[in-house]
Amino acid sequence: MTIKRRMFLKGSLAAGTVSAAVSAGLLAPGPVLAAWNKTAFEAKTVEDALQSTGLSDAADSGDIKIKAPDIAENGAVVPVTVSAGMEGVETIAILASGNGVPLTSSYTLGPGADPFVSTRIKMAKTGDVVAVVKAGGQVYMGKKEVKVTIGGCGG
Amino acid sequence: MAKKSIKVRAKAKGDVTTVKCLINHPMETGLRKDKKTGKVIPAHFVQEVIGTHNGNTVLAAHWSGGISKNPYLSFKFTGAKSGDTLNVSWTDNNGGSDSLDAKIK
Repeated sequence: MTIKRRMFLKGSLAAGTVSAAVSAGLLAPGPVLAAWNKTAFEAKTVEDALQSTGLSDAADSGDIKIKAPDIAENGAVVPVTVSAGMEGVETIAILASGNGVPLTSSYTLGPGADPFVSTRIKMAKTGDVVAVVKAGGQVYMGKKEVKVTIGGCGG
Repeated sequence: MAKKSIKVRAKAKGDVTTVKCLINHPMETGLRKDKKTGKVIPAHFVQEVIGTHNGNTVLAAHWSGGISKNPYLSFKFTGAKSGDTLNVSWTDNNGGSDSLDAKIK
C-alpha cells in the first residue's frame, strides 16, 4: 500500500508539501469556483481534509440528511445522497472516513442551487460517510456508517 | 472526443429543476494495479464538473478518485423553466474534457 501511494504522490506531491500546507492551518476558504484543492484531495485523514478545505470545527447537525445503504455489498459503487435543511448552503463535501484519501468530492453551490447532491462514491472499507455543509459561515457535519463487504479502492 | 461522454436529464417541476447526469469515465485512483502486468494504473479521474444555466454556475463539483467509475451526479436548483438550456462540462486530471448542452424538460 505504501509503495503504491508513493508512486501516486511522486514528484511535486511529496509529503512535505502536504504537511506544510496543513500546518499553515486554515487556508482561507476559496472563493466560489476555486481551483481544484490539491491539498485537500491528498489529505489522509478526515480532519486534515476538512482543515485544508476550510471546513474544520464542524458542529454536528441533525439537519443534514445522508442517504446511503447500511450495508454496501460493493464498495466500488456506494450511492450517497446528501441534503441539508439549512438556508444559504455554499459548500457540501462528502468524505468516506475509511478511505486512504477520505475527501471524495466537494461541491460549490451557486445561487439558486438547492442543498442537495447525489452521487456514487468508492469506499475502501467499512466506515462513516461524512457530509460537511457550510451555510452562512457556519460549518455543519452529519455522518452515517456504511458497512462495506467488498472494498472498492485499489485492486 | 468523438462520442459524447455525458448524458444529462434535466426536468423542471414547478420551481425546482432536477438534473441527473452520467459521465463515462474510468475514474482510476492511481492506486490500482493491472492484474496482468503488475503495473500501477495511472490516476485518471474527473476533477471538476460544472453545471451552468443562463451563464450562472449552478453547481461546481470537485472530485477525487474516490468517486465511482462512470460517475453519476444529481443536483437540484431553482430559477429555470422548461425549455431552457443547461450546460454540463467536466475536466479530468489529464486535461481531457467534454461539455454538453441539454434542454430542460
